[in-house]
Amino acid sequence: MYSQTYTDLGTPAVDTPKLVTLEIDGTSVSVPEGTSLMRAAALTGRQVPKLCATDTMKAFGSCRLCLVEIEGRRGYPASCTTLVADGLKVRTESPKLSQLRRHVMELYLSDHPSDCATKFATTRCELHDMAEKLGVTESRYAPYGSTGKNHQHSVKDDSNPYFTFDQSACIVCSRCVRACDEIQGTFALTIQGRGFNSKVSASQNDPFLASECVSCGACVEACPTEALVEKTLIQIGRPERVVTTTCAYCGVGCSFNAEVKDDQVVRMAPNRNGHANHGHACVKGRFAFGYAAHPDRITTPMIRSSITEPWREVTWDEAISYAASEFKRIQAKYGRDSIGAITSSRCTNEETFLVQKLVRAAFGNNNVDTCARVCHSPTGYGLKNTIGESAGTQAFDSVMKADVIIVVGANPTDGHPVFASQMKRRLRQGAKLIVIDPREIALVRSPHIEADYHLPVRPGTNVALFNAIGHVIVTEGLTKEDYVNARCEVDSYLKWKAFVSEERNSPEATAASTGVNPELVRQAARLYATAGNGAIYYGLGVTEHSQGSTMVMAIAQLAMATGNLGREGVGVNPLRGQNNVQGSCDMGSFPHEFSAYRHVSDPATRSQFEKEWGVPLLAEPGLRIPNMFEAALDGSFKGMYVQGEDPAQSDPDTQHVTAAFAAMECVVIQDLFLNETAKYAHVFLPGSSFLEKNGTFTNAERRVSPVRKVMPARGGFEDWEVTMLLSNALGYPMHYRHPSEIMDEIARLTPTFTGFSYEKLDRLGSIQWPCNDKAPEGTPTMHVDEFVRGKGKFFVTEFVPTNERATRRYPLLLTTGRKLSQYNVGAQTRRTANVAWAAADVLEIHPHDAEVRGIKTGDLVGLTSRSGDIVLPADVTDRVRPGVVYTTFHFPESGANVVTTENSDWATNCPEYKVTAVEIVRVNEPSAWQRRHREFTDEQLALLRGRETTHA
Amino acid sequence: MRVDRLVTMANDIGSFFNGEPDKNAAASSVATHLKRYWDPRMRRQIIQHYKEGGAGLDPIVRTAISLLSANN
Repeated sequence: MYSQTYTDLGTPAVDTPKLVTLEIDGTSVSVPEGTSLMRAAALTGRQVPKLCATDTMKAFGSCRLCLVEIEGRRGYPASCTTLVADGLKVRTESPKLSQLRRHVMELYLSDHPSDCATKFATTRCELHDMAEKLGVTESRYAPYGSTGKNHQHSVKDDSNPYFTFDQSACIVCSRCVRACDEIQGTFALTIQGRGFNSKVSASQNDPFLASECVSCGACVEACPTEALVEKTLIQIGRPERVVTTTCAYCGVGCSFNAEVKDDQVVRMAPNRNGHANHGHACVKGRFAFGYAAHPDRITTPMIRSSITEPWREVTWDEAISYAASEFKRIQAKYGRDSIGAITSSRCTNEETFLVQKLVRAAFGNNNVDTCARVCHSPTGYGLKNTIGESAGTQAFDSVMKADVIIVVGANPTDGHPVFASQMKRRLRQGAKLIVIDPREIALVRSPHIEADYHLPVRPGTNVALFNAIGHVIVTEGLTKEDYVNARCEVDSYLKWKAFVSEERNSPEATAASTGVNPELVRQAARLYATAGNGAIYYGLGVTEHSQGSTMVMAIAQLAMATGNLGREGVGVNPLRGQNNVQGSCDMGSFPHEFSAYRHVSDPATRSQFEKEWGVPLLAEPGLRIPNMFEAALDGSFKGMYVQGEDPAQSDPDTQHVTAAFAAMECVVIQDLFLNETAKYAHVFLPGSSFLEKNGTFTNAERRVSPVRKVMPARGGFEDWEVTMLLSNALGYPMHYRHPSEIMDEIARLTPTFTGFSYEKLDRLGSIQWPCNDKAPEGTPTMHVDEFVRGKGKFFVTEFVPTNERATRRYPLLLTTGRKLSQYNVGAQTRRTANVAWAAADVLEIHPHDAEVRGIKTGDLVGLTSRSGDIVLPADVTDRVRPGVVYTTFHFPESGANVVTTENSDWATNCPEYKVTAVEIVRVNEPSAWQRRHREFTDEQLALLRGRETTHA
Repeated sequence: MRVDRLVTMANDIGSFFNGEPDKNAAASSVATHLKRYWDPRMRRQIIQHYKEGGAGLDPIVRTAISLLSANN
């Protein structure tokens, strides 16, 4: 069922300036050439009856309801598949058309639940809407109650946790099948059988849950009857109001219409006008919102003086006063620089801006950092230094003009599924694909998609591989010299050119490091340089390395050298992991820079902030997250305010991180749940979910989208209000009445945001920064005429092997990633039915490595590195290459980050999650760390359950 | 902070800039990087370590820290 607010025009819009004029029911209309008669009629306000047609998919022409008459032509063509032509005279209503449609409708009703209207009172059945429109109330062919052969006793498929499939209500219109094919691109559904035996089938007639279905919900939304229905719709009932907001999961930033009844979300219906998602969604965004109402939510503030004591529920006043007094005490005793804060990529721009302001203005230091430190900080460094701006260069829609796409160190179908669907549409149209990844990710080979090249690079050798690609492009004369000479610093380019041309950087010479067939590297390099528009998309497989920043530079340089920046269809595009990674970085969350990436040492910028904020600000950078932990362990850092993050699970070398938290005297956590970090906290401030606040998120394409309050904050305050309370208690007054006032301040202080306001955002729906006098409605494509830094700059990207290498003791390389159904540390998705797809982290092992160790799928495997050891169930698969093992970090009890190390990117300290030398061995029980973690968790949960609740 | 960790971090920075053919420029870039991205207490500690012999520091990093020390 489509969103309640959606008006369907029947077939997709056609994008062409050439207009065709025709007459529909006596009204002259001009529409783009290629438009269907159905859509042309809809544009004149005439809704031709239909069932199989929808403007989200290509016309199909199966339901035979949308027949029309055309003057001078015989028969009754389907208006969905018949295109407009100059001078046509079309009739959408006539006695004959009405008769034909009524007969067709009677046939449909002959095998449809007679009690549909009452049984499914909460849904909208287009079949019944159409029957009512046509005045059909019963069927002559098999009237309601008939014992004729039908599908009314079919068994319902309830296997999927989020929706049901009821064949009795299915009219076999194929909308679900086409949605799976055309919109999602999974091709999991088909129509099985013929004639009366035709039925919608998932995979090989499997239950939906057991099939290849990825539960994106496109089929459910496309279904015109109640055959595919969300369970929440059945359970809660018809929504009463709709609020348009933005998803809080990955960096795609899908727009949704939250459909609500009595402050309960009934459905998250993707917004057809959403600029990032165009009406599509994934299993997380569409379905996994139940965590916001999970019983684990903590909605009352709590304090304790030691982590061995029970929590004590207190009023907001007492919690805030306690936190502020502790921070003041610590600063008085240990110095101004002894406390700091972490902003969250899951919180809004306004909230992260406020936390960094709190640190700089109220704490009086620059010890603020954000979780982007551990994911995309190298993107900031690498892109800023080469092209001048720390952001992706394109809009997502740009991919539809790409001729060749490189996906490196990213797994879009799992990490950014809605964008992956768009990319797959372009690939099915014929764009070429190069995948560079140690694993055979789904894009390498899936229905109707096959990568032209998969370069299975050995973890830790990306830079060597990109130098080799550069070598081929330079030595074979495939660079765009005119472009480079006009737009780049030529001296730096010549240095780079000479460097990559050296024989030691050739594919043949680097193969020993990268493990990639040199001939494949040469072919892939030629394809990227010569296929037309070349677009690069990358993820954490690029950044989370000791040479993460070098690799980002290498990517940008390859794009510059081939002229692939500054127009649609090309570009360098970091796929951001969390929903607001881009925004949290933009808002000045890093310890060395203010908003818009301006260094704290710049006097003009600092003076602007000092004037606005009314306090002197430091000109020196503060501590980064890993530096804060180091300082905590040496006794010089004693207090931390963490808003909406969980470093004790997400950051590397867990035992080091938890030791640091244990060494602090006041840890203040603001979150929805008692997460891993909260177990080390002294103050717990209830956070608000994305459904409970106003603000904005910025996605991976620099698109700022509105987050709008769907229901009241369960804890009483939105997150920005809590930061404000803390600041006021610390003696630095903040008095915002609404996040729009914070955005106004951001606009006053941030050159790339000077044109922003909530009024403009609401009017345009979303805005891609920069938004200022030069680009009042935003900037879809950056670096069009020149790079933001002026001339593009090249660097010599020497390959420096990581210290984390396979050895006799640790012969395998562990790399980590994520699953489609889970998100980051899993705090949200683990508290939803998404666990039906993934209820634990597993260790992927190549069959060869498994066989020599006697390991089979399902065995418990001990995984040991120089940092620690954990135990995981094995999944023996050839998705990973020999010598490489892979796992995820969604479940805290797994402790994936117990084994990752302190190795980090040279420029930014982004951890090297993607390379850890390990050994594996079959075992029978959890590791020592896992046992300690279980005991500690039990203790902490007991302290939570035993909390004093006297204040209430 | 653990000085060995600071030494490793500084050497990692040096490894990148070491690709620059002009070694004076390379050392200067390392010094600038430390100045722009390292908290003052970390800089003080690495300078102190350098003054105490600088065990473990790569040559380019030594040069860079001497520049940093002079500028401080």
